[in-house]
Amino acid sequence: MTEISKFRSLGRSNRRQFLAGATALGVGATVLGAPRIARAAGDVKVLNWQGYGTDEAWSVDAFHKATGNTVTHDYYNSESEMITKMRTNPGGYDVVVTNCAWNNIASKEGLIQPLDPAKIPHWADLNPAFRDSPLLNDGGKPFGAAWVWGITAIAYSTDVFKESPATLATLWDPKLKKRVALRDDGIEAVSFGAIATGQDMNHPADLAKVKAKLLELKSNVALLWSSEDEWNKQFAAKAFDISVYWSGSALRSKTQFKLPVGYYVPKEGGIGWFDGLAVVKDSPNPDGAHAFINWMIDPKFYVEWATKVGAPASANPKAMEALPDSDPSKSFYSDQEAIKRLQFMAPLSDKEKQDYSDLWAEVKTAFAG
Amino acid sequence: MSPRQRQKWAIFGLTGPAYAWLAVTIFLPLSAMLYCSVLDVSPLVPRPASFTLANYAAFFQKSFYLPLTWWSILLGFWTTLFCFLVGYPAAYALAKRVKGRWREALFLLIVLPFWSNALVRIFSWTMVLRQGGFLDMALHSVFPDAPAFNLLFTYPAVVIGLVHSYLPYMILTCYVSLQAIDDSLMEAARSLGAENTTVFRRVVFPLSLPGVISGAVLIFVPVIGSFMEPRILGGAKGATLGMNIEEQFTVTANWPLGAALSFTMLAIVLVIFAVLYPILKRRGVWA
Repeated sequence: MTEISKFRSLGRSNRRQFLAGATALGVGATVLGAPRIARAAGDVKVLNWQGYGTDEAWSVDAFHKATGNTVTHDYYNSESEMITKMRTNPGGYDVVVTNCAWNNIASKEGLIQPLDPAKIPHWADLNPAFRDSPLLNDGGKPFGAAWVWGITAIAYSTDVFKESPATLATLWDPKLKKRVALRDDGIEAVSFGAIATGQDMNHPADLAKVKAKLLELKSNVALLWSSEDEWNKQFAAKAFDISVYWSGSALRSKTQFKLPVGYYVPKEGGIGWFDGLAVVKDSPNPDGAHAFINWMIDPKFYVEWATKVGAPASANPKAMEALPDSDPSKSFYSDQEAIKRLQFMAPLSDKEKQDYSDLWAEVKTAFAG
Repeated sequence: MSPRQRQKWAIFGLTGPAYAWLAVTIFLPLSAMLYCSVLDVSPLVPRPASFTLANYAAFFQKSFYLPLTWWSILLGFWTTLFCFLVGYPAAYALAKRVKGRWREALFLLIVLPFWSNALVRIFSWTMVLRQGGFLDMALHSVFPDAPAFNLLFTYPAVVIGLVHSYLPYMILTCYVSLQAIDDSLMEAARSLGAENTTVFRRVVFPLSLPGVISGAVLIFVPVIGSFMEPRILGGAKGATLGMNIEEQFTVTANWPLGAALSFTMLAIVLVIFAVLYPILKRRGVWA
């Protein structure tokens, strides 16, 4: 990179920070028409969480050597910030990482463009459960390449349960008085309440039924956790025996912290999520963007990422197969039957989010009483 | 420059920085939040916002906010009461009975918990209070047949953790006002035939009330907004309004509702003090 282009890119990122700040203050409307800034060809600008795979320096260097494209990054701290950044900076990004609950929102708003699978050689290898999901497709066209995925299901103490439980109903078992933990999250609680009452996880038709089911947990619930760190501390202190938990975290608790953790996806179902890689609308370098997406779903990148740094499960089964047999996530995520039982997180309206949060606040208040 | 003018400038120069600091760090953020509380969408959403009072109405419309608020206030009440019951005698002993080196050493012990991280302190309580924890083991080493003892994830656990966190405020404010009481007043009371309890009831305690009150205010206000201690020590039994406010900012990203709830809580605190003020004023505490 020359001094001049370095200077330019500095100016651009400062301008973007200003734009984001201005929008956050609610005065952005007047500056949205800011002129687009020309960018050097062969530049791929990625919008993602910081430290989430795409910005690994060894991979960025290798990608530059292989394709001549320079990868630069901008980050978001929440999904709504991701949407805001694409809205306020048209033509500013090439690739964006969107969660399955947000890809439809971005495509419906015209913020991302359909992918061309012909430019992504690894496309055919992707697990169809994710690749062909309506959450990454819109109007019959793919808007995201399934990248990584994970599960929110049930973790239990192998000291207490000699055999893995199989159903979600175990959480309601009268024998587990004050031995159950849930995550303090309204959307997740409503999702599990909906699964337990046999409803659609994202948009349950009968919220009253969900509430009643959750209220029945009152005598069993010991605590509501909010972070992985807190979960590990309380689990290690034997504060609960069974809990709603994230798959990647359960794996870490087991392998890194040596806690007696077992994990299962209940027969009624579990919550699944996956992240997709999308090409941003008006991307100045769509070919580079497609090449980068192909690079990201390449088993070679995934194995290095997973073994060097640690990563969620790949949506490319060949990448999972390529993991060394010693890698615990290889067998952990290999149960195809469990994947079939998952319901995936879909976009929710603001009203649904607030309703679920209020329902959860009401349930928590009843728990405390 | 006349001396009067010079004095004016001196006052300005001495107090100016403090007021400027308060204006920037308290007044501005509070005004921004007040503005936020009457918007219908969060300022992070790039959609023009309009003004509404719906966020304040939500507090009365939704069934769970009143019990949440009541529990928060009770939590503040119990924590303040126990801080007083434990802290006042300690402050009295420090101010009137202990002298010299010992006083310094005891002070150090009181302030010591402040030097450790609050989160670490609260997590260490979970090890003491849980089944199989230190208290449980101690109890069973004396009474092997006693039933299992588990305070963790109960209301008392939250009060215990909060009393531990806020006790130093009560001790320090009570100490300051007890220390200021002239010993000759007590001698005078005694010389007029008052017994020790009467001296305390009629002389010492009324004179130390300002310290008790300021300690109580310092404790009551943050406790009713607390969310970390109730979450860790109370588990599912620790629901407070503060936790719900936190959730509006971090989970639902509904800043306007969170801001409106914060101001509602502030209003409740002000109402409580407005009711108490005439009573305290009559007793000459805030003279």
